Amino acid sequence: MGLTAKSTGFSAAGGDIAVRKNSPDDKIIAFAGNPNVGKSTVFNALTGLHQHTGNWSGKTVATAQGHFKTKRFSYIPVDIPGTYSLLAHSAEEEVARDFICFGGADAAVVVCDATCPERSLNLALQIMEVCPKTLVCMNLMDEAERRGIKPNIELLEKELGVPVVGTSAHDKKTLSALTEKLDKLCAGEIVPAPRRLHYIKPIEQALDILTPAVEKITKNALPPRWTALRLLDNDSSFTAGIENFLGVKLSENEEIAAALEHAQNLLAENDITADRLKDRIVSCIMLNAEEACGDAFSAVPRTLSRADKILTSRVWGFPIMFLLLILVFWITIIGANYPSELLSKLLFGLGDWLSELMIKTNAPEWLRGILIDGAYRVLAWVVAVMLPPMAIFFPLFSLLEDLGYLPRIAYNLDRPFCKCNACGKQALTMCMGFGCNAAGIVGCRIIDSRRERLIAMLTNVFAPCNGRFPMILTIISVFFARKASGVWGSLVSAALLAVVIVAGILATLGVSKILSATILKGEPSSFTLELPPYRRPQIGKILLRSLLDRTIFVLGRAAAAAAPAGAVIWLLANVRAGGAPILSYITSALDPFGRFIGMDGVMITSFLLGLPANEIVIPLAAMTYMQQGALSEIAPAQMYELFTQNGWTWVTALCVIAFSLMHFPCATSLLTVKKEAGGWRWAALAFAIPTVCGVVCCAVIAAVGRIFTGV
Amino acid sequence: MDKIGSLCDITVGEKAMVTGLNIHGAMRRRLLDIGLCDGTVVECVGRSPMGDPAAFLIRGAIVAIRDCDSRGVKVRGI
Repeated sequence: MGLTAKSTGFSAAGGDIAVRKNSPDDKIIAFAGNPNVGKSTVFNALTGLHQHTGNWSGKTVATAQGHFKTKRFSYIPVDIPGTYSLLAHSAEEEVARDFICFGGADAAVVVCDATCPERSLNLALQIMEVCPKTLVCMNLMDEAERRGIKPNIELLEKELGVPVVGTSAHDKKTLSALTEKLDKLCAGEIVPAPRRLHYIKPIEQALDILTPAVEKITKNALPPRWTALRLLDNDSSFTAGIENFLGVKLSENEEIAAALEHAQNLLAENDITADRLKDRIVSCIMLNAEEACGDAFSAVPRTLSRADKILTSRVWGFPIMFLLLILVFWITIIGANYPSELLSKLLFGLGDWLSELMIKTNAPEWLRGILIDGAYRVLAWVVAVMLPPMAIFFPLFSLLEDLGYLPRIAYNLDRPFCKCNACGKQALTMCMGFGCNAAGIVGCRIIDSRRERLIAMLTNVFAPCNGRFPMILTIISVFFARKASGVWGSLVSAALLAVVIVAGILATLGVSKILSATILKGEPSSFTLELPPYRRPQIGKILLRSLLDRTIFVLGRAAAAAAPAGAVIWLLANVRAGGAPILSYITSALDPFGRFIGMDGVMITSFLLGLPANEIVIPLAAMTYMQQGALSEIAPAQMYELFTQNGWTWVTALCVIAFSLMHFPCATSLLTVKKEAGGWRWAALAFAIPTVCGVVCCAVIAAVGRIFTGV
Repeated sequence: MDKIGSLCDITVGEKAMVTGLNIHGAMRRRLLDIGLCDGTVVECVGRSPMGDPAAFLIRGAIVAIRDCDSRGVKVRGI
């Protein structure tokens, strides 16, 4: 899960996908695996889908399905959320479990991590137990070879009794071996004989008692031994799923009930309580995995890389994070400067030309006003100001994500989040929020505890998304870094922007703390966070993906909001009622409130009209200030003049920045909160909390500012 | 570290063997899933800048666990 077209769009607020067959002969393949083993990469390579991948645990938060054909079959692979076990309990893992056990797949592909085979095989063995038609895909072979782990695929195949292929997702050739074996498996040419899991003696004895009784009911629908073990384990959500699937109440079957009682007594005699049984089952599977790995993998000790030792060190951890933040912004600013200028010249030039064209063709003046002065100019502004920073920031962000730096951020920041009774993974969703808040909110699914998930969702907006940070950047460069020019100027802007981001992070922490002391009371729940090895990012793919999936899409959405909003503003500014433009009634009505929080009625109106997409706030404000005048260029000097002519001081600018950082999220984000949290109540809170924070903060800045400026 | 203690007490660079889990509920399951069952050898490979959580090498993967959770993992020094 990341910032794909799907996750940033309205479908972020949509439902999970039901598996559809195109034809009855299609083979449904469940794609399972531990988090972060490159499952989505394999999936994408097979299907050509753009299921977003990144180097951190828990990307896939909804099942996605694709389609691919081999010479013999047509397949529907279903991407299942990464999971460590079928016996676990987060919402996400239950999705995985239920699909594998009851989803009716024709076969399963378990993607494993060749660099971490035991833990991967732990899941593979569990899946083989319930679904014998399993193919084990040892992924990341290149990485394992590089680290000297030397996986022996033939030996592993013998140990497991199911087909095994070694793949490197970046190397297409290895994937043809996968499809070839999958064909043979589905055609019945490979008959899998899955390694039988051995449990400790009392459990085996209990199974011997119960399995025959269960076998009479399950027939071929579910493996009897496996079903018997689930009954012994007595995990209510699991047994309910089994009974639902079989359409039989197992516990009401007399023979089973009697055998179950007998088996449970036997366990009790051996001092295996319900809790211990779970433990024993889990450790037995792990031991089986260890055994199966045996000689097939050579153990190579691993430790934190030298880079990690610095990046997470006591002394350098935080400074490097901050410097990296500045660096990313600096590259964005420097890189965006020239293209922005060029785009604005081009687009505004085109606007003038269009305007002249309309005059020549005697188009009515109001039409020209709405289309050119209203819709087109705001649109042009949004494209010129937003596109370049977006096109640079998105790939940079993807780069860090692919490299695997984001989990290190979560690792570094866990302590503060823990202090605020929140989850360290919130740092990950916060980072995603810098790209798009809606995507960040969806990403909150990686947090297990519902309380902590809600906190993460409600505070995600404090991470200024890609729609807002160019806006903050504009104000910074116009007001605070105006005098500094060139490289120095952009450095100052980047540093100031980084300070604003840090303020956002502090707001996230503060509000999380308040929430967990009030409406979302509770202790921090436990969490584990994996620090995956760094992986070399695929630069070409990143560029393509971030440009196509993210930039164009997000820009498209902003543009779709900008053009109509521009037209509306022009109409409001030019249609008169009672001698004054309608717009002036609105802005003057909002003016006292605006002044109170250090801004004016125009800014408040713009923020409100920016609800569909925050990108349009500044362009709308500028246009309102100009009224019927035409925007010719957007150089900082001119903007400075325009704003100061309309009564802006540095206090106003500061308040605008603060309010940009803290106000209601865009409509898409609100809808996403409603969907993810389950109720308008949460969406209302997501609207109210940051807005209240922003109003309070701006009122304070304004009050202090009045003392300083003496106005 | 010598003899018996908690996972949270082993220092960076030290190894220990898991002897039992004194944790209940979902976290117990989670720890077992990532491979922290009896007999597993664990190494502490680092601590985050603010001291907590710590990073452990568990069955080939590096996993960060908070002290309050690793306190319940009983280990024996090796």
